[in-house]
Amino acid sequence: MSENQLNAGPLEYRTHEGQMNITGFWIFLAAEIALFATLFATYAVLFGRTADAPSPGELFQPGIVLVMTFLLLTSSFTCGVAIHNMREGTVKGLITWLIITIVLGLAFLGFEIYEFVHYSHEGATMQSSSYWSAFYVLAGTHGVHVTLGIGWVILLLIQLKQRGLTAVTSNKVFIVSLYWHFLDVIWIFIFTSVYLIGMVV
Amino acid sequence: MNQQRHPFKKWLALVPLGFIVFLSGCELAVLDPAGPVAQSQKDLMIYSLYFMFGIIIVVFVAFGVMVFKYRDNKPNRKDEDYKPNLHGNTLIEVVWTVIPIIIVTALSIPTVTTLFELEKPPESSADKEPLVVYATSADWKWFFSYPEQGIETVNYLHIPTDRAIEFHLSSADSMASFWIPRLGGQKYGMAGMENILYLQADVPGTYNGRNANFNGEGFTAQTFEVQAQPQEQFDTWVQETQEQAPELTQDEYDSLLKPSLVEEMTFSSTHLQWVDHGTNAGRDYSIIRHRNAYDETLHIENVPGPGWISENE
Amino acid sequence: MQLDEFFVTGEPLIYGGMVAIALVTSAILFILTYFKKWGWLWREWLTTVDHKKIGIMYILSALAMLFRGGADALMMRTQLAFPNMQFLNAQHYDEIFTTHGTVMIIFMAMPFLIGLMNIIVPLQIGARDFAFPFVNALSFWSFFFGAMLFNISFVIGGAPDAGWTSYTPLAGAAMSPGPGQNFYLMGLQLSGIGTLATGINLMVTILKMRAPGMTLFKMPIFTWSTFITSFIIVFAFPILTVALALMTIDRIFGSQFFTLTGEGMPMMWANLFWMWGHPEVYIVILPAFGIFSEVIATFARKRLFGYNAMVWSIILIAGLSFLVWVHHFFTMGAGAFVNSVFSITTMLIAVPTGVKIFNWLATLYKSRIVLTVPMLWSLAFIPSFVIGGVTGVMLGMAATDYQYHNTYFLVSHFHYVLIPGTVFACFAGLVYWYPKMFGHKLNERIGKWSFWLFLIGFHVCFFPQYFLGLDGMARRIFTITPEWFTLNFISTMGAFMMGLAFAIFVYCIYYSYRYSEREISGDAWGYGRTLEWATPTPIPAYNFATVPQVNTHDAFLEMKEKGKTTFDEENLEPIHMPNNTGKPFIMMGILFFASFFLVFEWITLAVIGLIGGLVMMIIRSFDYDDGHHIEVDEIKRTERAARGL
Repeated sequence: MSENQLNAGPLEYRTHEGQMNITGFWIFLAAEIALFATLFATYAVLFGRTADAPSPGELFQPGIVLVMTFLLLTSSFTCGVAIHNMREGTVKGLITWLIITIVLGLAFLGFEIYEFVHYSHEGATMQSSSYWSAFYVLAGTHGVHVTLGIGWVILLLIQLKQRGLTAVTSNKVFIVSLYWHFLDVIWIFIFTSVYLIGMVV
Repeated sequence: MNQQRHPFKKWLALVPLGFIVFLSGCELAVLDPAGPVAQSQKDLMIYSLYFMFGIIIVVFVAFGVMVFKYRDNKPNRKDEDYKPNLHGNTLIEVVWTVIPIIIVTALSIPTVTTLFELEKPPESSADKEPLVVYATSADWKWFFSYPEQGIETVNYLHIPTDRAIEFHLSSADSMASFWIPRLGGQKYGMAGMENILYLQADVPGTYNGRNANFNGEGFTAQTFEVQAQPQEQFDTWVQETQEQAPELTQDEYDSLLKPSLVEEMTFSSTHLQWVDHGTNAGRDYSIIRHRNAYDETLHIENVPGPGWISENE
Repeated sequence: MQLDEFFVTGEPLIYGGMVAIALVTSAILFILTYFKKWGWLWREWLTTVDHKKIGIMYILSALAMLFRGGADALMMRTQLAFPNMQFLNAQHYDEIFTTHGTVMIIFMAMPFLIGLMNIIVPLQIGARDFAFPFVNALSFWSFFFGAMLFNISFVIGGAPDAGWTSYTPLAGAAMSPGPGQNFYLMGLQLSGIGTLATGINLMVTILKMRAPGMTLFKMPIFTWSTFITSFIIVFAFPILTVALALMTIDRIFGSQFFTLTGEGMPMMWANLFWMWGHPEVYIVILPAFGIFSEVIATFARKRLFGYNAMVWSIILIAGLSFLVWVHHFFTMGAGAFVNSVFSITTMLIAVPTGVKIFNWLATLYKSRIVLTVPMLWSLAFIPSFVIGGVTGVMLGMAATDYQYHNTYFLVSHFHYVLIPGTVFACFAGLVYWYPKMFGHKLNERIGKWSFWLFLIGFHVCFFPQYFLGLDGMARRIFTITPEWFTLNFISTMGAFMMGLAFAIFVYCIYYSYRYSEREISGDAWGYGRTLEWATPTPIPAYNFATVPQVNTHDAFLEMKEKGKTTFDEENLEPIHMPNNTGKPFIMMGILFFASFFLVFEWITLAVIGLIGGLVMMIIRSFDYDDGHHIEVDEIKRTERAARGL
């Protein structure tokens, strides 16, 4: 699908470059999977090692986490709608839906920051035990990825305004959408293996 | 040509055999075992060496023949000796895949059985209860606690011969590896964890032991001596120690834990009364007391002490 | 912070190092200024995105690092042969073996091979550059600045001293205070970014940019090994990234991953480190196998035996490399069952490796071996590596490993695989492809001197160490007992022979630069089989004027038989090339300072640096530089001049 989009590009080499960008980004995502897998493994190994700090079951709040999950899943959907608009060639729809996507992402981040601050006040900081170190670094790495994603989308919004939909800008937007969906998948794993299990155990 | 080389090849086969005989007879610590654990490890080594020399001979001979015979500037090369497009032969490729698999299998089986045997006290002393010794590493010294006898030694230990020793390995701080080459292979001692290592000496004597895992500036000097002696002599030593050695106080122990090199010491009580570094509760005992002691280097120029090369010798 | 805390003081050797650095730096600055070369340096090198030039910069940096790592090695050997001289104290010795290991693996072996890949892989597959030339430049500068950051540690702040494996808790903030360990963490992290990017870049290049007709199973074997190596990089380097990040957070921000307090788990570092570290040793050995395959086939003047088996064994080795990490710490007490499993997986690696050895031998069968210097390095690899390989199997047998672990037996084993494997391959590859890079061969006579001296020195140095290990000599001790003196002395003699051989090699480069005949043919050795030899020398910026159609494994051999070249005048088209850019250099320069500040835990400055890096990324995002075209006329001029038409 993306290739049709790119085949409309003005020059042959641009198409080829665009294809390579996408292949390269998929491989980058594979590396990201290895990165998050390592963080998940670390988290699993350190699970329960809370020392003197509160246990996750005491702190995790199902409400907030559900809202966060809802926000991020919806943002993945709106991101998909944005790409659909791009395929149709409507720049305005694309921009609108991308803005909705990052607003949802910002809301997600807001809750995550609130959550972190709240836990810290309850005595579970990154320094208090190895379990909490693993928690903050795993969830925090995801949060940093979301932040970077938001910044990236903003940059692309400006470029879309400046240049409209070209082979290059559409290629960039498609790649950022892959990234955004990937973050959603990672969050699903965090939601299940960190929050759900943390609340049950 | 072939006839000439044949006897020569036979002689070549004797070289590695001689080498193995030389290795098994020579005084290298690991190949000069003084107990059943080291003995079983040595037997496995020698067993594997036969395979290794077999592989080396095959490859070296094949390599030598190829390079000698197919070099470009060899006089009177024949044209049929050059086949630039020869690129495969299924049969021979299968053969040289299967043979290594057989060798790996032949090596795996005794490896696995030995591994499981090493987890238990040696068979030869199955009739006696193993002697329990807690070996605790602390930068850069060894504490040996005998809970049943209620004594503790630093940087040396006495063990009875013909009886399994059950070492409980742990560390007060950095990870160390407890190793007495002539009695058997090593295992790590780690803070907050306990490893069990069974060793046994059959021959009375003095054996060198050391920490084999690098753990900082004093690492080289983190050695100890093992006195293996018959049970009666060991009992006498225990009794003398119980009667004559001073008690170990917690204050003294805490100051001994500070990163440093110390002499051999003997006490008539053990530190296990207040801390066992092999448990989760004891894992940070030392580090919370001596966290700031690592800022200073010891400036160790050469290790003063018996055995090491130093200016005085 | 006081100035005397900032600079390392009190060590005469380090003062010597400072003086040497100051002198060399001022000499370089003077020469650049005097000959007005600053513009040239910036235009031709610092801003280049040409894979060939980047490759050359990789190799030059790697040679410099080989010198540094080698100097470390000679200092250690001097101390161990003559402990009475009090040449090094314990602390200094610890620092030196730490930097020796780190520099040799991360900043010598890998960049050297990546440099060769940079130059050769696009040429072998008929491509005009990497898939992402900008990223390629970024990768190089990330490695370069990472290496610089690591290397300044011995004069500024203090070198790391916890071993190249940096096991926790020893390497943690409590037991290794000060910036030394931070240099290790940040230096590796910075260069790791580049390695990961290179892995992705090479994968896309190989997947998407091959010449028409070159299917995956018609690729030259060096390209195959590069491709599989890139896979390993992509899946192994993120583990290192995480491990380094966690230890950095531990040390600087007080988290409890690998600490003894807060229920941290120091052994997890060893696991994470080797989950990256074992694949890492295959990252440096598989490309070496590829180089040997190319060189042996070329100078045996015969097609590589068992091409498919070669490829599949590389793939198998790569897969197994992720399943053996526990063999680095059988002695951790994981139990007989776990050790049995990892023992068997470890020994299984010997099977595909053995297949490769036999395939190389079979390639020699009924061949016409030409004993050039690269061929000598490759041939010497086979028997030497077999010794390293069989001792590797012995180490893999966990029950006996308890006796070999942490001894000179182990030290000897891994030098026996890494030197004949990686270092010989670096020399073989460099000498083999040297005429492609610089337009003239290296002198064969001097090259042979250097080769024989190095080979003999290597065996003299490391063979005795097997026996030292069996006699109970632990690795990383800084002084010895008298009974180990003889073997240590012999070993040190061997080390100095290798040092001398390296000096001769460097002299060979100089001598050949002055006196060697210039190449006019692209196929310098006359036996070239693969596409890199199809280009003229010097290689034009665009590599191939017309990209050839590939039908067989040895594409260039076929072209020679059919009388074809890569210059088909009728079918020339303008070639699109990327523009040079200074952004990679500047971006990594900024991140260098950010990392440096983080090493000293100056958080505000580090954050400013990090923001600078982000700003550079934003600037890059708005960069719509499309590159330029090389017109047909210019291609014709270049090719005719190069081919003497």
